[in-house]
Amino acid sequence: MAHRELTLPIDETAARALTVGDTVTLHGPLFGIRDATQIHMFDRKRNVRFDLRGQAVIHTAPNVRKVPVSAEHPAGYAPVCVGTTTSARMERFTRPLMHQHGVRLVIGKGGLGEESKAAFRELGGVYLAIIGGTAALETTWIEAIEDVDLDDLNPESLWKFRVRDFGPLLVAMDAKGGSLYDRIAERVEDRKRAALAALGLEP
Amino acid sequence: MMKIDIAAVEETAKLLYIRALKLLPDDIKRGFERLDAAESDPTGRSILATMIRNIAVAERTDNLLCQDTGIPIYNVVIGRGVEVDGAALKAAIRRGCERATREYPLRSSVVHPITRVNQHSSCGARVPVINLDFSEAEEELRIEMIPKGSGSENGSFLKMCIPADGVAGIKRFVVERAIEAGGKVCPPTIVGVGIGGTSDLCAHLAKLAATRPLGSRCDDPEGAKLESELARAVNALGIGPQGLGGDSTAFAVHVEIAATHITMNPVAVNIQCHSARRASAVFRPGGIEIGF
Repeated sequence: MAHRELTLPIDETAARALTVGDTVTLHGPLFGIRDATQIHMFDRKRNVRFDLRGQAVIHTAPNVRKVPVSAEHPAGYAPVCVGTTTSARMERFTRPLMHQHGVRLVIGKGGLGEESKAAFRELGGVYLAIIGGTAALETTWIEAIEDVDLDDLNPESLWKFRVRDFGPLLVAMDAKGGSLYDRIAERVEDRKRAALAALGLEP
Repeated sequence: MMKIDIAAVEETAKLLYIRALKLLPDDIKRGFERLDAAESDPTGRSILATMIRNIAVAERTDNLLCQDTGIPIYNVVIGRGVEVDGAALKAAIRRGCERATREYPLRSSVVHPITRVNQHSSCGARVPVINLDFSEAEEELRIEMIPKGSGSENGSFLKMCIPADGVAGIKRFVVERAIEAGGKVCPPTIVGVGIGGTSDLCAHLAKLAATRPLGSRCDDPEGAKLESELARAVNALGIGPQGLGGDSTAFAVHVEIAATHITMNPVAVNIQCHSARRASAVFRPGGIEIGF
């Protein structure tokens, strides 16, 4: 279980070097995506301006304030509160994000499923767990909103943040087929029998 | 009779939404302390520590606890010595909710369910949800605001069990849905369980249960007994904070009950995430008291 400081973008080798249980702190660009963003990217085949090769995406739709464009706020948006949403709803987009856009790191909460696990293994990527509901803290890791695309979907636009010391994040699914969620699910299944018995129920 | 100033209702509805998003109630903070002291899993302990730190960061930076501004819910309880124009009251709450969103500004998390169009006002058809009830209190009107986060709201379930399923069917349903919800609902949670009523009342009871303060108990002794039993069972599963393992899956299981039909045995689950936010205001002749 190692800790790594990663500056984005990263290559396939760096993504494959990460193992479940490692922690990671990110620096550089970070792209915010959500349900509507990906429905429009993949189901409605909309093009995006950003090159996502080797990049990290985070499942988010931030609270932002419109401000005049400046060096500090190049996109005309100031971050108000940036957090993370439940990843499971976006399960079917992991593979196209990696295959069509070259994304290497997906950040979210609550974990992803079997199809994402297979995509991470085949294409070389990992899932980084952030702690959901801790957006006040997460916002302090965001330096600026650098750019935005698909902004008609606001707040579910495609956001380009600049981050420093973003983390520590926990590697919860890796490119070797490892998944912390699988391990916990096995444990829960084992314990379910005893929990039901304590309630006077058949397993 | 106490007359209600509608302009004050609008201001209060705005204030409560923003306050609820920033300050966690004391009972939830104490709940965190209790879980933190007892958690045996290192990952679970570290996650709880980060959550507790986030509460302090939100207060220090005057920021929102969580990015999810939720679906706004206002629970209004009107005392018998209160004179108020009900339609104007509802309209004022809606205006206050919209102003909080546009003026702060907050992320509007509310869209049309079919077109998915966002009016950027946190309002839409039948939203904010406004529940009206009445109390025996004399000159008192209470407004409670709950920004209900979607991660946990998506962990909502209803089953029309039948009488032959008995209480066993209810217990099994709660345990299995807690497993299904896993880390997606941002544990540690308050698991709200509605038992009885019609299907819609049952779902509403589950929401009342999930948003009740920690430390409160079901008024019905059989319901209260189930609360303790089910909390032990859910926390024995090892799901833990964020579903990454540990003892702290739920702060509590809360139960609310209603009478039901001889042929029915409905059970509903509604979950509140660890950012168990709420704010309230009580209007009295002497002024407006803001709290949780």
